[in-house]
Amino acid sequence: MSNRKYSKDHEWVTVEGDTGTVGISDHAQEQLGDVVYVEVPEAGATLEQGGQAATIESVKAASEIYSPVSGEVIEGNVALADEPGTVNSDPHGAGWFYKIKLTKPAELDGLMDEDAYKAYLESLD
Amino acid sequence: MTAPEADTKTTPLNALHRELGGRMVPFAGYEMPVQFPAGILKEHIHTREAAGLFDVSHMGQVRLRGAAAQAMERLAPVDVVDLEPGKQRYALFTNDSGGILDDLMITNAGDHLFVVVNAGCKAQDIAHMRAHLGDEVTLEVLDDRALLALQGPQAAAVLARLAPAAAKLLFMTGAAIEIDGVPCFVTRSGYTGEDGFEISVPADRAVSLAKRLLAEPEVAPIGLGARDSLRLEAGLCLYGHDIDTTTTPLEASLAWALTKTRRADGARPGGYPGAEVLFEQFANGVTRRRVGLRPDGRAPVRESAELVESTGRRIGQVTSGGFGPTVGGPVAMGYVEKEHAKPGTAVRAMVRGKPLAVTVTKMPFVEQRYYRG
Repeated sequence: MSNRKYSKDHEWVTVEGDTGTVGISDHAQEQLGDVVYVEVPEAGATLEQGGQAATIESVKAASEIYSPVSGEVIEGNVALADEPGTVNSDPHGAGWFYKIKLTKPAELDGLMDEDAYKAYLESLD
Repeated sequence: MTAPEADTKTTPLNALHRELGGRMVPFAGYEMPVQFPAGILKEHIHTREAAGLFDVSHMGQVRLRGAAAQAMERLAPVDVVDLEPGKQRYALFTNDSGGILDDLMITNAGDHLFVVVNAGCKAQDIAHMRAHLGDEVTLEVLDDRALLALQGPQAAAVLARLAPAAAKLLFMTGAAIEIDGVPCFVTRSGYTGEDGFEISVPADRAVSLAKRLLAEPEVAPIGLGARDSLRLEAGLCLYGHDIDTTTTPLEASLAWALTKTRRADGARPGGYPGAEVLFEQFANGVTRRRVGLRPDGRAPVRESAELVESTGRRIGQVTSGGFGPTVGGPVAMGYVEKEHAKPGTAVRAMVRGKPLAVTVTKMPFVEQRYYRG
């Protein structure tokens, strides 16, 4: 089973050791439509949970991405600059946004697991 | 699946849109598909490479009989009197300060004028025409008709199979033509920069005609999202965004639409709202102009972004912008002070508080492929 955790803003984070990888959910990419531009945070940036972390633009509109966890950015996915459509085609894989060193791992307890996120999406309909 | 809201109007194709998986959104008082399952990017590219079918039934269709050409010249700074039977013209309604009330299409259909106006301005335009066209003109709102647009390089080949006469029309002409046994009024025009047609069809035959067209291998349904990116790449104005009552045709770089006959030195000068303002602007120029804008980077620059010069001083504003799928990058249009309006001029657009490099560019951003014979 995946240890993927979701925020109510439709970001996900997976954690190995003290390093989290952050992206947006399949539901989010589907709602956004064709992604044409992504601006990811640079290494060294400090992010707060719920704070603005990245910008994503679809054909339709610009959206902000909020960090599901607090920490220091280790690496932004620079490949998205040239291939923003990866966010649509592989949102849980190659379409990741940034890797982050968690400073408040306890925040993970407040996020939703797969089942809870699925129920959350159903509650939105 | 949710039903349309009570106060939202629907077009005769509403159920078909839902059947085709259209994502329905409110637009100009109508519930319209913003995209189909293929998505805006693919729909846009499909229209440029094959043929796209658009439902534009939300637009207003009006038939004017009687001394309509003379009467329309009292409202629009264009030549309608000398518009030959079968010919179509792009026109504008102006107000007393030379601002634009709406942009529209007028076709001389022989025994009447066929007029198409924007959905959002429809009620106001009809009231405007009723108030000012006079008793010699009969105005008939064609709300029993749907309007389909078939656009793209393969549109003519598709329509030729159903109605050979339609494929013989030239750009900006129109005729009453039967398609698949249905009496339609077809014009060779559109809002994509591509060759294509707009088909006025009786509402009760619209679904069957749409299905007939969609059954052709080249044709896919296209939503409002791609309609917007297609017209933006083609450099075409969207009323309420790129033009409105505060912009004059000259400021909007639409002077070409103001027929020479109706200018100060023309055969029938003036006689329409705002004529003095437009004459003055023809004589002395304007202080700002609508221009094309190409962001140098990859980030889209969108409507209402401020345009500044190198000192940071504001010189204008973006009125439409986004990603151009055919261009393969961001494209925009907006107004800048005339000193900055020359193609090649470097300006900056403020996006999320940061100045992004943008170059003033000639429009259209893509080659127009209209059929002129």
